[in-house]
Amino acid sequence: MVSIKGQPNLLHLTLKIWRQDGPDDKGHFVDIDAPGIPTSASFLEMLDIINERLIGEGKDPVAFDHDCREGICGMCSLVINGVAHGPEKATTTCQLHMRSFKDGDTIHIEPFRAKAFPVIKDLAVDRSAFDSIIRGGGYISVRTGAAPEANNTPIPKPVADAAFDAAACIGCGACVAACKNASAMLFVAAKAGQLNSLPQGQAERTARSLGMVQAMDKAGFGNCTNQYECEAACPKEIDRSWITRLNRSYTAAFARKSLL
Amino acid sequence: MSSPANSLCGFLASSIGRKWIVAFTGLILVGFIAGHLTGNLLVFAGQDALNAYAAFLHNFLHGGAIWIARCVLLGSVVAHIYFTILLTRANRAAREQRYAVEVTQKASSGSKWMILSGLLILTFVIFHLLHYTVRVGAGFQDLPLDSEGHFDVYRMLILGFSNVWVSTFYVISIAMLSWHLSHGVSSMFQTLGISTPNTRQLFDRIALGFSVLTFAGYTSIPLAVLTGWVA
Repeated sequence: MVSIKGQPNLLHLTLKIWRQDGPDDKGHFVDIDAPGIPTSASFLEMLDIINERLIGEGKDPVAFDHDCREGICGMCSLVINGVAHGPEKATTTCQLHMRSFKDGDTIHIEPFRAKAFPVIKDLAVDRSAFDSIIRGGGYISVRTGAAPEANNTPIPKPVADAAFDAAACIGCGACVAACKNASAMLFVAAKAGQLNSLPQGQAERTARSLGMVQAMDKAGFGNCTNQYECEAACPKEIDRSWITRLNRSYTAAFARKSLL
Repeated sequence: MSSPANSLCGFLASSIGRKWIVAFTGLILVGFIAGHLTGNLLVFAGQDALNAYAAFLHNFLHGGAIWIARCVLLGSVVAHIYFTILLTRANRAAREQRYAVEVTQKASSGSKWMILSGLLILTFVIFHLLHYTVRVGAGFQDLPLDSEGHFDVYRMLILGFSNVWVSTFYVISIAMLSWHLSHGVSSMFQTLGISTPNTRQLFDRIALGFSVLTFAGYTSIPLAVLTGWVA
């Protein structure tokens, strides 16, 4: 079956998929022959096809994380041929399509590897360490009730735009997966930076900067060595400058806490 | 408000605090590298200039300044290494299972080999101190003293670098130092929170320029001795 452009519409791939029964299992790679994969399928749809075949053969399907499949929820993961979310820049695994691969390719599929992201099963990992970081200060405290008048708190456009850039972080954990040290600095920096930039976030700025970094350290993530693999892997293109701001705001927060 | 002592301990126990110490001590050591190079380049100005500079260093503040500098530098080196070890151990522990396929998209080669280049620099620093400061087995004791009765630093330098093996080791070590600095200097601006999107490129160029100047400046001295330019 050949398309108009001379490219086959169906790919014959060899998949090397990480299989692991649970957090305590050692895990290993399994080779799966995968003929007849449509180039129009997303990467996760390709795994769906593989799982249907495995179930048909009476075998255990491959567990993997997914939810919205629209690139906005941050639930999908996977390290594909050594790159978090695969070879396409600024693209989540669910938005990656099989046309990015060639007929006859061998694809290594691994889970996000970090001590703070233990494998639940196969390719599915527990990223609740990110929730603990958010609980450390990634919020603002407001009285509930009627929504306030939007124009009561004027925010300059550049500030709002910058905060929105940071808010684009979907918390997928690709930054941790890509970092040579499994550091979560880009995630923490984006989440803290978003709120620290805005007037509504000023009241808890000091506690937020300290609390989120403390939670990050406690969760067992590594340390940022400024190699920016996180920035390259981020599907939402969060900029490394948020890490600079976190370094600055954390140091200032410590000085404020101890001296004022 | 918590007590400053408690807060300092908390800061030093945190990932960013430890990185800040590594960056700040790195800044001190970068200052030393620049100052040491500037002084040593006086070898090209002649014997009197270099020996006068050496005498100034030894006599400034009645000989106290050099010991203050030595203490600050030793403290910086110890802190730089100690906190790097703590950070590196945490980094190794943070990923127990490595990837079967490892791809580097953005990290520079210098950034990936900071520990190795750092260890080689430490080895060189120990050798360099034993060679020129402690003057172990280099034959410097046999050299005549200068007119003030001090060690003739100019002659020591020429005798030391006349040994091809010493000069080769020196050049390799300086290459390692420059490689270390190519990442370390730009990383320092990032960790200290100084870099911004507008200044990032400038700081990266400063780091590259400083590492190139470090290599060119320091290696020019043994090469000048070996080629007979300085004799």
